Amino acid sequence: MPFISARAAAAHKDYDVIVVGSGAGGGQIAYTLTLEGVRVLMLEAGRKYDASEAAMFQTPDVAPLRGMDTPDKNFGFYDATIDGGWQVPGEPYVSATGPGETPFKWWRARMLGGRTNHWGRISLRNGPYDFKPRARDGLGIDWPIGYDDLAPYYDKVEMLVGVYGANDGLENTPNSSPGCLLPPPKPIVSDLLVQKHTAKLGFPTVAGHRAVLTQALDWKTVPAKLHPGNLTAQKILAADMQKRVPCFWATPCGNGCSIRANYQSTTVHLPPALASGKLDIVTDAMVSEVTLRKDGRASGVRFVDRHTGQTVEVRARAVVLAASAPESVRILLNSHPSGSAQGLANSSGRLGRYLMDTVGSSLGGQIPLLENLPPHNEEGASGGHMYVPWWGYKAQAAGKLDFPRGYHIEFGGGRRMPGFDSLEGLEWLTGGSYGVKLKEDARRYYGSFVGFSGRGEMIPNDNSYCEIDPTVKDRWGIPVLKFHWQWSEHETRQAAHMQKTFADIIESMGGRVRDAPEADGTKAISAGGSIIHEIGGAIMGDDPQTSVVNKWCQTWEVSNLFLADGAPFPSNADKNPTLTIMANAWRVGDHIVDRLRRREL
Amino acid sequence: MDRRETIKWMLAAAAVIPLARLEAADAAKPYGTDPDLQRVYHPGELWPLTLTPEQRKQVTLLCDTIVPADAVSPSASQVGVVDLIDEWISAPYPVQQQDRDLVLTGLAWMDSESQRRFSQPLLEITPPQLHAICDDICWVAKARPEFEQGARFFARYRDLTTGGFYTSPQGRADLRYVGNTPLPRFDGPPLEVLKKVGLA
Repeated sequence: MPFISARAAAAHKDYDVIVVGSGAGGGQIAYTLTLEGVRVLMLEAGRKYDASEAAMFQTPDVAPLRGMDTPDKNFGFYDATIDGGWQVPGEPYVSATGPGETPFKWWRARMLGGRTNHWGRISLRNGPYDFKPRARDGLGIDWPIGYDDLAPYYDKVEMLVGVYGANDGLENTPNSSPGCLLPPPKPIVSDLLVQKHTAKLGFPTVAGHRAVLTQALDWKTVPAKLHPGNLTAQKILAADMQKRVPCFWATPCGNGCSIRANYQSTTVHLPPALASGKLDIVTDAMVSEVTLRKDGRASGVRFVDRHTGQTVEVRARAVVLAASAPESVRILLNSHPSGSAQGLANSSGRLGRYLMDTVGSSLGGQIPLLENLPPHNEEGASGGHMYVPWWGYKAQAAGKLDFPRGYHIEFGGGRRMPGFDSLEGLEWLTGGSYGVKLKEDARRYYGSFVGFSGRGEMIPNDNSYCEIDPTVKDRWGIPVLKFHWQWSEHETRQAAHMQKTFADIIESMGGRVRDAPEADGTKAISAGGSIIHEIGGAIMGDDPQTSVVNKWCQTWEVSNLFLADGAPFPSNADKNPTLTIMANAWRVGDHIVDRLRRREL
Repeated sequence: MDRRETIKWMLAAAAVIPLARLEAADAAKPYGTDPDLQRVYHPGELWPLTLTPEQRKQVTLLCDTIVPADAVSPSASQVGVVDLIDEWISAPYPVQQQDRDLVLTGLAWMDSESQRRFSQPLLEITPPQLHAICDDICWVAKARPEFEQGARFFARYRDLTTGGFYTSPQGRADLRYVGNTPLPRFDGPPLEVLKKVGLA
């Protein structure tokens, strides 16, 4: 009985580990633990979800408002997100408006699997520099671990979830071990055009890395590599891998994938974890705090059963928070050992500090060369087949750039399914045509647009953090987060550089930029949180005075309390964080298994 | 009709619109954060449509002026765009409520402009007369100051019309979109495409 009621979970006396959250971190650590025989109770704040619910082939003409985004469905009607978005009804957060502060947006998904159901599937490894940023340029915070500590886990995650890509051997852009990556999909014509012109400008366009099966997983050999000596785990995984179907080159990944061709926690991590018989899941369980035993160790957590509104307590030998960086921080801040006002595991005073997102900026253009192309299917894997890794390390070392740290470029074009806004505002090209001329113009320009988005590293700063709002509570009576946000010049200058770079690429391709590139970085940069890469808030370190958790993501103060999401990351490289969250969660999971076996928890 | 008269028309139109907007908002309920994604939705099922018969005729006329039938595909109204625009401007969401004001005010403006120029309501003027008005408002960047409001309406209305048209099966076919169908493998661009852009 893997999905159980709150009451049944409360009656259970023998869980080894409670995992709060079911997304990339929670899914991975639950997988790691249960396949090693650890009894896990997973708590998810949202409802049960199965990817068979995904709207895959539905077209806009059968959706309300042609599928366009609304306050109820912020990324469009068919986006996989349920009960989530920039706002969740009854669950507010506060964005501080003090001098110099800019808005922070917080995307949540109240559903099993969390945000992994709709994410972009971009799966990039952090490189060696990304773990030791301060040692390189004197800014930010170094990790207590290095690339070599995580490399074996990147390999494992790639083999488990299935990531396409290529090994290009570029600086600070690590290769995977042989046999880890699936072959990348063939580039579409706009990819090749971008590649040609970025090469002219002096930087590389290479195969993208995304968690999409471009071929069937090697279920005969991978399970033994991932679970050496554990025949039970190998058997479970081999059986599950055979149920995943490779990409059939249609439908948007963000809608969810019922054939399980891409990674979402609900289709990749949770099925084998459930098949182990070691995982119980309670959904609609809104965790409010960690509870403590008399000896100061965690006894379990307290949650609100959303069905009844009642508070429920569950117990286990250890607790793992993987609720997303801000939500895990919120739970700790709302846990009050002996009336402490500063929350749990916060003697350093750093809980909630060093919150980061990704620097984002976008620019689009129209490319005459791509007009009137013969019809052909360009949907592919529904996301980037190629990308541009950061290329400016040497220019930075030579002092030629006015910002530290880098960004990569995600871009996309193609004759994709027309959306409601695909041909919006076409008058910048047509001069305002209507009638038969407009129809001719639409045929000409459709498929000739390429959009570029930068994804860059933010350096943690003292002005970007979250705390508990003194007055506002959510519908469950749980105090909510107040976010403080300020970009520094490190980020805004980078955003301005992105704009100029994108304009250069578009112009090199013979294209026209839709809007003039924004030279003012404070205007070019996306709002804090809007890239949905929240990282930090409970960073790991070697010193209990300056960090919340140690290198095992174990809180310094509560020995059986761990974090397995992005909260412990002391830096947020330009690489999208999900793959690193999974690799780190697996590493932490292995550590917990060891500790349990040594009866240390 | 002189300019003073036009202003009176505009004020009269503006006076009735906020009321209509509020009524629509009261009747319409959002679909919520967990709608059924598998069912087929038709305009009018989730919230009532609110255009008057007169307004629907005006919407039809403008839709088919912007996207008329031609040798390749039908007109906007023939593929359900009038229903879509009615659904859109009747929806209980801020963007759509804003568009409701813009569209209803714009239709009233078109009607008064038609009266002013040709002493006929919008629905009675000839196609060349209608085009004469549209030509003055078809691009905000080049519209004369007195047509700026009309041009803003027309820009948004054109986007609603093309949005509706090109998301219909007939609109997709017009653009020669191919996709949304499972493939055994993904081969990348055909040779003729690569040749055309100088990559082969």
